[in-house]
Amino acid sequence: MTPSDNTTMQNILSGDYYTNNFTLSPAAEGDTLVLNLGPQHPSTHGVLRVVVELDGEYILKAEPVLGYIHRMHEKMGEVKTYAQYLPNMGRVDYLHALAWNWAYVAAVEKLAGVAVPLRAEYIRVITCELNRISSHLLWWGAYLLDLGAFTPILYAFADREKIMDILQIVTGSRLTYCYYRFGGVSADITPDFIDMTREFVGYMRDRLPMYKTFVTENMILRGRCVDIGVLSKEMAVRYGATGPVLRGSGVAHDTRKIEPYSIYDRFDFDIPVGKNGDAMDRYDVRIAEIQESLRIIEQALATLPAGDYLNPDVPERITPPKGEVYFAVEGARGKIGIYIVSDGGIKPYRLKLRAPGFSNLHLFAELSQGTILADAVSILGSLDLVIPEIDR
Amino acid sequence: MMSQLLSYLSLPLVHLILSLVVILAFLGVNGIVLIYVERKVAGFIQRRPGPYEVGPWGLLQPLADALKLLSKQLVTPMGADKILFWAAPILSFAPVVICFMPMPVSPMFTGMEMNLGLILILAFTSLNVLALCLAGWSSNNKYSLLGAARAVSQSVAYEIPLLITVLAIAFQTGSLNLSEIVASQTKGIWSWNIFVQPIAFIIYIIAVTAETNRAPFDLPEAESELTAGFHTEYAGMHFGLFFLAEYSYMIVVCAVATVLFLGGWHGPFLSGPFWFILKTYALILVLMWFRWTFPRVRFDQLLNICWKWLIPLSLINLVLTALLVKIVR
Repeated sequence: MTPSDNTTMQNILSGDYYTNNFTLSPAAEGDTLVLNLGPQHPSTHGVLRVVVELDGEYILKAEPVLGYIHRMHEKMGEVKTYAQYLPNMGRVDYLHALAWNWAYVAAVEKLAGVAVPLRAEYIRVITCELNRISSHLLWWGAYLLDLGAFTPILYAFADREKIMDILQIVTGSRLTYCYYRFGGVSADITPDFIDMTREFVGYMRDRLPMYKTFVTENMILRGRCVDIGVLSKEMAVRYGATGPVLRGSGVAHDTRKIEPYSIYDRFDFDIPVGKNGDAMDRYDVRIAEIQESLRIIEQALATLPAGDYLNPDVPERITPPKGEVYFAVEGARGKIGIYIVSDGGIKPYRLKLRAPGFSNLHLFAELSQGTILADAVSILGSLDLVIPEIDR
Repeated sequence: MMSQLLSYLSLPLVHLILSLVVILAFLGVNGIVLIYVERKVAGFIQRRPGPYEVGPWGLLQPLADALKLLSKQLVTPMGADKILFWAAPILSFAPVVICFMPMPVSPMFTGMEMNLGLILILAFTSLNVLALCLAGWSSNNKYSLLGAARAVSQSVAYEIPLLITVLAIAFQTGSLNLSEIVASQTKGIWSWNIFVQPIAFIIYIIAVTAETNRAPFDLPEAESELTAGFHTEYAGMHFGLFFLAEYSYMIVVCAVATVLFLGGWHGPFLSGPFWFILKTYALILVLMWFRWTFPRVRFDQLLNICWKWLIPLSLINLVLTALLVKIVR
């Protein structure tokens, strides 16, 4: 059978709902090619699927299809007790698990009026920022892999390994952390942890200039990032983008600064912002954020107070009073928001997770229009999507 | 008896068949060696050990890989054009064998002396693109089709600067015979064409990197965009043949570069073939170094490099060479 027998082919291999009901772009002239990028595709980092309509290599229309690893995290929140739901948070966004930990724990604390000891707040800041660095490092490696550079990811992983070793000491796990508890953290940090973190801060500072020379300043890389996927301020705000995607477009919005939670107002750090909103700006913002996180960790370690790491008065089965609460923290990918409605029982009445990746992904349809397939891959990578977080 | 055998050897047909057999054996071994070297080089650049489980220092890893490929089922996807789908990998590998025929490995050791050796090699290496095109078309896969389209436009574009630079060397030597080109570079290391024609060498290396679809110009099989490009649907030894062809083309273009620019078999102390192989593999290491350290260029950038830089530069180089040759002679 020759590929021209397309109608017969369609009968044999009929696609699913999204393929069959894909409306062709009105701009299409003549033959266009409808291509499924994913759900199994090397550059979608998981099971994202994008149905794209191509004219040659130009993208006329791109439509993200979600839900391939939808695990009903929100529904699970309604059937589990507050404490039972904690481990779920490490699995929503496995790359910045501690930020989700924090968002959930802090929301419940706010609702139940639980006080957190100062030392625990410091520990949360240190571990969360370490986790942010590891998330950005993995993004960095994976993004360059998307652009066809195979080597940086292994350097990124080697650095990330150090963070995982450090976090393993106190959290006991290497990826899907479940470390924060209502009213503190599950274990106190050890002298080992402090030494290794100090050492890591210095080590990472030495590594970044090398990455700059070898990777960021590479001519081919700049050709693939500069002026690619230019996201205007207005559009970023319209889509509700947050995190480095929004800051790359020049909006200095960081939950840690705008509405400082925990003890972030005690530290001196900047919000890196981009100018043009292209992929390179988003790249630079993330690299600069690694630097800022290192600064925060350094300050937190220098002023770490003694005391309890867990509020001893928190009951084992926490029952917040009737009411509702919203709490937002800044994750590696943007604003993580958790909304809890309690009816005074042992389980939340309703729980809503606001994943930053969900808003960031939906930019892609508009942003990729008219670009080349290779640029679309670059844009997709620069948005730093974690699919489990988007599908939840 | 012995003399009779020798006289048989001098028969053109026997000679031809013998050379083909030797070349085939060499290409097979070369493929296995290069798989190992590439993985070890990648490991070195990426700060990891590379293969080390199978055999001492992982030396048997490529054999294990080859065994795995050989034992796999050959799957033809539904709706594929069977004949073309099967023919493409063979068509990809077969022409390389011919490319080695006129290669002057040493003064004594040439498959077949040919006046137009250079043209023959260039003609047969460009056959590869036909195989990629067929593979992409017959697979009945959209990614393969895109990969094939890329392969064709890339090869067509990069063949032009390649031919023009090679022409400049031919102008300078006044011959298309590879042995004569080597013979013109006998007067010490400074008579090598890499020093006489440095621009031509740079253009040649860039163009052959694109011709052999190696990173940063590996667009026909761009993994993060087209999953595996033209060979998405190929499994087992079908894929193995494409793989073997890629490494064989690498060694062909590097051997040609050795002949054209690095003085062929010439070198002190060691005998001809050693130097030839040494230089060829050194160039291959350079290509591997490219692959593991550069990001991939975009398709329009790739064509821009060619049409806006390489072709004008190679034309200037050609004109300058022609002028100089005219003045000197």
